[in-house]
Amino acid sequence: MTAEVPVLELERVTKTYGSDPPIPALQGVSFSITAGELVAVLGPSGSGKSTLLHLMGTLERPTSGRVAITGLDVAELEDQQLAAVRATRIGFVFQQFFLAEHSSLLDNVADGLLYANVPATERREQAADALTSVGLGARMKARPTQLSGGQRQRVAIARALVGAPAIVLADEPTGNLDSTTGEQIMALIDELNAEGATIVLITHEHAVAARCPRRIQLLDGRVTSDTIA
Amino acid sequence: MQTDLQPPRLSLVDLGRVASVGLRTRRVRAALSALGIAIGVAAIVAVLGLSASSQAGLLAEIDKLGTNLLTVTNGQSPLGQPAELPLAAPRMIRRVGPVTQVQYTGSTSANAYRSPLIPSIDTNGLSVQAASLGLPHAVGTRLAHGSYLNAATARQSVAVLGAQAAGLLGIDRIYPGERIWLGGMWFYLVGILKPAVLAPEIDDSVLVGFPAAKHYLGFDRHATTVYVRSVTGQTAAVQSVLGATADPEAPGDVDVSQPSAALTARADAQGALNSLFLGLGAISLLVGAVGVANIMLIGVLERRNEIGLRRSLGATKGQIRTQFLTEAILLALLGGAAGIAAGAISTVVYASTKHWTAIIPVTAWAGGLAAAILIGAIAGLLPAIRAARLSPTEALRTV
Repeated sequence: MTAEVPVLELERVTKTYGSDPPIPALQGVSFSITAGELVAVLGPSGSGKSTLLHLMGTLERPTSGRVAITGLDVAELEDQQLAAVRATRIGFVFQQFFLAEHSSLLDNVADGLLYANVPATERREQAADALTSVGLGARMKARPTQLSGGQRQRVAIARALVGAPAIVLADEPTGNLDSTTGEQIMALIDELNAEGATIVLITHEHAVAARCPRRIQLLDGRVTSDTIA
Repeated sequence: MQTDLQPPRLSLVDLGRVASVGLRTRRVRAALSALGIAIGVAAIVAVLGLSASSQAGLLAEIDKLGTNLLTVTNGQSPLGQPAELPLAAPRMIRRVGPVTQVQYTGSTSANAYRSPLIPSIDTNGLSVQAASLGLPHAVGTRLAHGSYLNAATARQSVAVLGAQAAGLLGIDRIYPGERIWLGGMWFYLVGILKPAVLAPEIDDSVLVGFPAAKHYLGFDRHATTVYVRSVTGQTAAVQSVLGATADPEAPGDVDVSQPSAALTARADAQGALNSLFLGLGAISLLVGAVGVANIMLIGVLERRNEIGLRRSLGATKGQIRTQFLTEAILLALLGGAAGIAAGAISTVVYASTKHWTAIIPVTAWAGGLAAAILIGAIAGLLPAIRAARLSPTEALRTV
């Protein structure tokens, strides 16, 4: 295996929904992301950001074109193997956090490894490390309901990072936060990227995208620019 | 590279934790939806438990009273007239080898009243019987109040009441000088018997001594019922010779019966009503199943985000399906367990008030548990399939 295999590759990817008439969401999108990058996918609503996220996250298959995660072609994998890819190689961060309110922070983060064939004790150990790395090491027993929005997003980020996935996909991670808290989350993302995590941010906020070294601009299902600062 | 893409497996502990999320986070709802199944299982367990306990109680009572009692009564002559047992019948029966006790009663034509002021037509259906001196022991009853007839009082105007007779006459205790109007004269009461389960005909009788019956009531001294106790195990042999022994001239005019046989038959017949209540229990289970299915479907709709999250964390469709199916089974199992407990408790409580040994048949609780699991599986199937079919992107959409 060479070190130069991109973490994520998209080649002429299209996605259409429905058939009468078909609605194109993505039309011929190509780019690749290598390990250690911090990329912002920027676009207004309706530009195909969500579809792109789902395709990158293997939650959906493209209508045509090629999507590969760490060199694995999504088209060649069964549904169950795709689930394993998500469990071991992809971390998701959602705008709404999606935390289990009745579980402790530690259990929430440990669940990030629930479907990855990792023994329970090890899951908890790794979860404790991940919580520490997002600055919540002292509150492992707390419930999400006791936290502020920014803290909740930190827990969600820890859950995405636990098990060191090849790529973290963050969907509007600051969308539900005020600007100060959003700034803190962005600082955390910068920091995690500096420590080696590959992160793709999907956002419609230019301010958020501006912090990323590489920006992919999406409009009407096409990439209009792909710039590296 | 491909080798570590094995579909992930969940351990049983993890599955249990994941499947109980819904129950732990929505406890009241879980409890209410399990209630239908609990009621159904409780009904089934209680019905089976109570009938088994009452059957056991009856059989225990029969055992205590003994199955070795035979009764010989005057039947009918071939012409349809009431036959008469020979005067010597009790004496002859006593000579049969395995016979251990022979006691007898003879019906008199007298009636008994609370007082002479009662119209003679109000007989209360009571009969006045001449009775031998060891009767209570032979039929397996005892005195509730006072004493029984003895050699001395059997010659005097003295009476003992059967349990039901005492009630019909409105007498519940014995005090000195208490008397009833019997055959046109006062008879003093000395005792009240407890119910005689094997010889219920004694319960509504007023008993007087044979000599007294002859002297005061003009009784012909012919026994009408002879109570025979024999060595247990030879009862059948004794039964076969009793007719000929009691009335060698006309054995066919004599009826011989075993009172405990009727009680045993009653115990066996006790299951007959059960099917009705079991049917009601089954209906309740069905309603419970619909309730569980309904709650699970609602749960799937409400927990779309959780399903989406789990799929993004790497859960397969199968794992989502297993999670919701297990949750439904768990829910039904909780209801079933609660139902078994409730059914068992009500059986124990009811049995103890009746002084029965509480018996909860294995088929009752094991069947109840199995029914609960089955119902959970059936009720959970559709919601689980729905949850698994939900596409992850659909599930992650926020409303």
